Parts: sequence; structure tokens; C-alpha cells
Amino acid sequence: MDSIKDLMPIIIVIGFFQLVVLRQPIPNLADLLVGTMLVVVGLTLFVYGLKTGLFPIGETMAHGFARKGSIFWLLAFAFALGFGTTVAEPALIAVADEAAKVAAAGNMIENTEMAIADYANGLRLTVALSVGVAILVGVLRIIKGWPLHFLIIGGYAGVVVMTGFAPPEIIGIAYDSGGVTTSTITVPLVTALGVGLSSSIHGRNPLTDGFGLVAFASLTPMIFVMGYGMLL
Amino acid sequence: MIAGILDFFDVLIATIRDVLPIAAILFGFQLFVLRRRIPNLQQLLIGFAFVIVGLAFFLQGLEQALFPLGKMMAEQLTAPAFLGIDSASHAYTPDWHHYVWVYLFAAAIGFSTTIAEPSLIAVAIMANQVSGGAVGIRGLRVAVAIGVSVGIALGTYRIVSGTPLEYYIIAGYVVVMMQTMVTPKTIVALAYDSGGVTTSTVTVPLVTALGLGLASNIPGRNPLLDGFGLIAFASLCPIISVMAYAQLSEWQANRIKKQRLRSQEK
Repeated sequence: MDSIKDLMPIIIVIGFFQLVVLRQPIPNLADLLVGTMLVVVGLTLFVYGLKTGLFPIGETMAHGFARKGSIFWLLAFAFALGFGTTVAEPALIAVADEAAKVAAAGNMIENTEMAIADYANGLRLTVALSVGVAILVGVLRIIKGWPLHFLIIGGYAGVVVMTGFAPPEIIGIAYDSGGVTTSTITVPLVTALGVGLSSSIHGRNPLTDGFGLVAFASLTPMIFVMGYGMLL
Repeated sequence: MIAGILDFFDVLIATIRDVLPIAAILFGFQLFVLRRRIPNLQQLLIGFAFVIVGLAFFLQGLEQALFPLGKMMAEQLTAPAFLGIDSASHAYTPDWHHYVWVYLFAAAIGFSTTIAEPSLIAVAIMANQVSGGAVGIRGLRVAVAIGVSVGIALGTYRIVSGTPLEYYIIAGYVVVMMQTMVTPKTIVALAYDSGGVTTSTVTVPLVTALGLGLASNIPGRNPLLDGFGLIAFASLCPIISVMAYAQLSEWQANRIKKQRLRSQEK
């Protein structure tokens, strides 16, 4: 029943603005109630599945790789997980299409359907590649015990430098693409991978070393997308 | 009712299609590289199924109930008619304090959607387990939600005022770096992560609608160019707010410790 508590704020906000600020009745009240019920049920099932399914899968695999001791396969897995989960991400597909339209409007590419579709696909692959690289580097960091903030500060520096060179039209989309790439299923898996790895490697602390994969995965797309905008 | 069930199956199939590559990677590596039997396989699979079905219900419910209403409100709140602005006249230049309701809505919707965000719940549960209860699930989520709400409100102000996005983001980076120096080391990684996880299923569609609505209703703003950037704010500000929360808790703990020492001296 925690799920109801989680949803209360949205219901209050929407109710308040609709009734008090906009002063309009709420349309399709029945639809709304059924929909809210579905959301509550869905969230409850998701959180249950998270604890019994996703977290244990991520952690057992992390332990398995640590026991196997092959860095190559671990890094291959990290890259595949980052790339594979991002390339099919619906939020990313939406943003890539939007970005292609911007590019066409800004005369960066030809305003034909072909060119736009090409551009959007290229962008998607770029972002997926960047997330794969991010998870790979992040896992390498956990193994080697590098401090996270060096990577993040390096990434920030990369973003700032790229901003200076990238075409202005692409900057807004590039910055946003960092946030949308990490999906609801990827996040728990990647977090469990990081925590599992750092708890099975001697001398790593799961709290300071295990987290940080998601952070890095939302930073690299910004750099890669600006790079993509500059090349084309 | 039948249409609703059919809709649900569409969403379920779409969710399964999104999860398929992930499942393929997980099982591929497990079978061919690790070559180890998975303990409690049945339980894991059931958990996985729960995640997929739960997510499908969740998305279906959002599509049916909250998204249409939320998007409609975002459009209405940003419409010149509601704000009492005569934007048709050429003499009008956007004035930031006409949009107070928009900022309030942005902050409120940012806060409330973040509280319901499933991936944030996941990270908070994990952080709670790993820290042995030191990081509270609710505390972390509220800290992140405050960050998102400040971020989105700032982002809408930026769209209204038409100032360049990169100035805000770079200033945010500077704040993050300075905070990194003084924040308790244990929380830094978690704070960085909370930036990336906040914006997914619930937040992105509503916030994008708000940004596009705002940019297309303000004269002189191009929705394609100025409508973006809210997500970037929403993934930066939580880093700052989570570190601030950690600093605040540490400061409070220190103060209590000092008080105790002082009372012992007496």
C-alpha cells in the first residue's frame, strides 16, 4: 500500500491545479480512477519483482563474473548491457526523432524523410555506444578502485569543452539525452551489478564504489551527442 | 472494457519487446560465459515476470489517467489566455513574473512525479540495504524530489527568460564540484547516481509537454530549440540537493555530538 502513498502527490497536484487554478471540472473521472488503480497495482508488482527478480539477477551475475575472474568477459558484459538496453529505449527513440527534426529545421541536414531517419538512427546508435562505453569504464573503475569524482569531473570538463564547439541547435537535445537514456529496467540491473561487484571484490565498499555507474551513463551521451552534431 | 484490455495487451507486448534485448544479454552471458547454474532460477524468473507485468500496468495506467490530464494542464497553464497576456501584440516582450503559476506547477509536478518514479525507488531500496539503513529510503527520495522540483522550476524560468542553457548547467557543475570536496565521501557516488535515475517513465513525458507548451506559447521562442533542457536541469539539481541533504545530516549529527560532549563536561 506504499504505492498509494507514492502516487498521492501527483493526484494532489493535478487535482489542485485543475480545480483551483484552472477552475475546470476533471474530465472522465471514471477513466482517471481506473487508470490510477492500474498505476498503483503496477507499481506494487514492480517493486515486488525488483526485490525478488532484478536485484538478485544483477548481483548473482556480478558475483559470477568476480568468481570467474575474467576481466575481458566482465567488460564485454558491461558494454553489451549498456548498449543493448539503450538502443531499444523508447524515450531515446522519441528524443532522437525530435533531434533529427531540429537538425533538418536548422539546415544541418537535408530536409527529406530519408536524411531525417538516417540522422535519428545514427544518433540512437551514438547514444547507445556512449552508454556502453560508460558502463564499461564504470566497471573498470570499480575493479581498479579509481575515485568516482575524477571520472565525473573529467566528464563535466568534456561536456563544457564540447559545448564550446557544438552547433547551438544541438546543445539542448544533447543535454537532455543524458537524462533519458537510463530506463526503469536498466537502472536496477546496473545498480545491482555495481553493488554486487564491489561487494565481491576485496577492498571495495559497495556504498562508495558500487554506485556511480548510472551517473557516468548519463554523462557520456551528452558528450557523444554533441560530437555527433559536430561531425555531421 | 474490452478495448481497455486490448490496450493493456499492446502495452504488455511493447514492454516485453523493450525487455527482450536485456533478457537476451543476461541469459546469453549466463549460459555461454559464466556457464553456471543459477540458484533459485524459478524465483528469479517469477520476479522478472512481475517487473514486466507491473511496468505494463503502470504505463497503461499513466497513459489512461495522468498523462492526458497532465499534458492538457501544461498546455492550458502556458496559454496566453490563461496568463492574461496579449501576446498577439508585437509590443509584448515576455516578462518573467507573468508566469508564476507555471513555475509553481513545474515545481509541484517535478516533485510529485519524482516521488512516483520506479527507478528512483529501486536505487533508494538498494542504497538503504547497502548502507545498513543509514540512508533512509524516504529521505533520499524526498531529497531527490526537491532537487527535481527546483530544477524544473528553474528550467521553465530559463525558457521564459530565454537565457542560454549552458550557463545554468555549467554553473551547476561548478556547484557540484565544490560540494564534492566537502560532502561525506560515502554519499558522493549515490548523489551522482540520483541525477541520472530521476528522469524516466513518469517525469519525462509530463516535463517534455510542459517545455514544449511553454516554448510554443511564448513569442520569440522556438519549441524545437528552446523546449529542451528541462530534463538536463532535472538530472543536475538532485545531485546538488542530495549532497546538501547529506551535509545537513552530518552537520546536525555533529551538533548533537558536541552538545552531548558539552553536557558531559558539566
